[in-house]
Amino acid sequence: MPKKFELSKMIIHLLFALLSLAVVLPFLLVIAVSFTDEASLTENGYQFLPESFSLEAYRYLLDAPDILLRSYGVTVTVTVIGALAGLLLTAMTAYVISRPDYRYNRATTFYVFFTMLFSGGLVPSYILITQYLHLKDSLLALILPVLLSPFNIMVMKGFMSKIPLEIVESAKIDGARELRIFFGIILPLSTPALATLGLLISFTYWNEWFNAMLYIDDPNKVPLQLLLVRTLSSIEFITSNSEFTQQLGIDLSSFPNNSARMAIAVLAGGPMLVIFPFFQRFFVKGLTVGSLKG
Amino acid sequence: MLNNVSRSVETGTAHRSVPEPERTPAPPGARKRKSVIRRELQHFRNNRELFLLSLPGILYKLIFAYIPMVGLIIAFKHYRYDLGIFGSEWVGLENFRYLFSTDTAWRITRNTVLYNAAYIVVTTVAALLLAIFMNEIRAKWSKFYQTALFLPHFLSWVLVGYVAYAFLNHSDGFINRTLQMFGIDPVSWYQTAEAWPAILILVHLWKAVGFNTLIYFAGIIGINSEYYEAARIDGATKWQMAAKITVPLLAPLVIILLILSIGSMFRGDFGLHYFIPNNSGFLYGSTDIIDTYVYRALREIGNVSMSAATGFYQSVVGFVLVLVANGIVRKINPDHSLW
Repeated sequence: MPKKFELSKMIIHLLFALLSLAVVLPFLLVIAVSFTDEASLTENGYQFLPESFSLEAYRYLLDAPDILLRSYGVTVTVTVIGALAGLLLTAMTAYVISRPDYRYNRATTFYVFFTMLFSGGLVPSYILITQYLHLKDSLLALILPVLLSPFNIMVMKGFMSKIPLEIVESAKIDGARELRIFFGIILPLSTPALATLGLLISFTYWNEWFNAMLYIDDPNKVPLQLLLVRTLSSIEFITSNSEFTQQLGIDLSSFPNNSARMAIAVLAGGPMLVIFPFFQRFFVKGLTVGSLKG
Repeated sequence: MLNNVSRSVETGTAHRSVPEPERTPAPPGARKRKSVIRRELQHFRNNRELFLLSLPGILYKLIFAYIPMVGLIIAFKHYRYDLGIFGSEWVGLENFRYLFSTDTAWRITRNTVLYNAAYIVVTTVAALLLAIFMNEIRAKWSKFYQTALFLPHFLSWVLVGYVAYAFLNHSDGFINRTLQMFGIDPVSWYQTAEAWPAILILVHLWKAVGFNTLIYFAGIIGINSEYYEAARIDGATKWQMAAKITVPLLAPLVIILLILSIGSMFRGDFGLHYFIPNNSGFLYGSTDIIDTYVYRALREIGNVSMSAATGFYQSVVGFVLVLVANGIVRKINPDHSLW
């Protein structure tokens, strides 16, 4: 009997090992292509093991790092501002509806929750932002549309509801006002939830491309994900980007088109793929930190 | 203390309201209404600090969620940028008549619903199986596998688009080159519509299975270990325990999640359906969903009214579906309903 157990365990391990391989290998293909010599790519196609190794693609990209650096700058700016502002707004709204003694508690909850069920959709928001708020080509157009998610508010509310009301009441007896109670007591007590949600919001901003596709045309304000979108959607993007080629003064026919594309993907997506797995547990915690229903 | 203060304030206003004999006597109903209003104002004053805290969020939602809802009227107008939302001409149901007269409406509805159903079923079954298997091996190993399976979750769909392209690219892609090695003719994947349901379901599974496995794994870990101990004493095998304890106890969670997912049947995954097929026009028949069509109609075709009408259709049907799904869940188990 014990032997049979071992056998079944071996099968499970084998299954998971194969699956893990199937999940990870595709990344390796992208990385391998970015390091392959262009001539070898046209001859042998994309292979996991480059026949002739080459750093050409990276050399081209890093010779004129402006585009990539600028995109990193935009993404970092949007992520930092968006995460901080979003987190503060989320916490403020969530705290108010977590207070059972707040008179407009139910009304506010409904007001927030309803936006989760029904939305105006793409066109009205697009017209609002471009025609009325005039935010086209503004970084605000990247920050504002995803600033305050009702889902995050509900998660935060779930956490804050567990803070005993007595703490608030005793602070009131000591003469503290609501603002002070919130910033001085509630926020420090909510650090675990703030950390988790802060990470989730940063992650959302970092990987956000939809609003960039809609609202950003100015080449100086292209975030990383939009740079990736443009490079993917037209093979010729890099070579047709006059700024890029002029700066390099390169001969277009020798430009490593295929490998450079994959190299951009590696340079833009790589760092996150190394950093985020360390925070993996937060992503699961985000679901359990507060139950959805209050 | 604050309570005391507010009570004295309350009596203060009550006191002030007494000596007003010169005023024409209002009918009793009106006086009652007035005092209700006054009391409500008083309540508001007591709650105003908390209200102020919520005000930024409320204003934000007003501008970015509620005002766009009003903007849904564009669906009934012939929108012109120079005339604005309110200046544009009303056209009644014309946009909808046009939308439903082509086969586009049917195509995007069918694709959105069928793909969502397939994603949910395939991913749930795979994730459940993996979670049950994961429970059978040591924590050290399961952590390792979890990290590997979770990896694609951190990627945006754009980056996944690159990964897919490296495999599917016609002339140099890994799949076609491998096919050629075996003497099989290469396939123009980005022009072969029939292949895409399978490709999209596979890519979705690849990206989502790790995350969903973790959710169900967390559910399994949450099951009271006494059940398993009792079963072990009675001589149950691991597989019996999985079939007789784990699955039945997880079933309610799974069923609830499945029903709730009906509510999001009309919300397609834009990133998956836009970047993985690389927005290839040859594939619209089998990859185009409501969300990608709305985007294309707005940005590429430039037909704002058509886009708005499609969006309206999605919002309204989606809303009805959420209500239905929640109603069903509430019938089964009120604790799990959304509201």
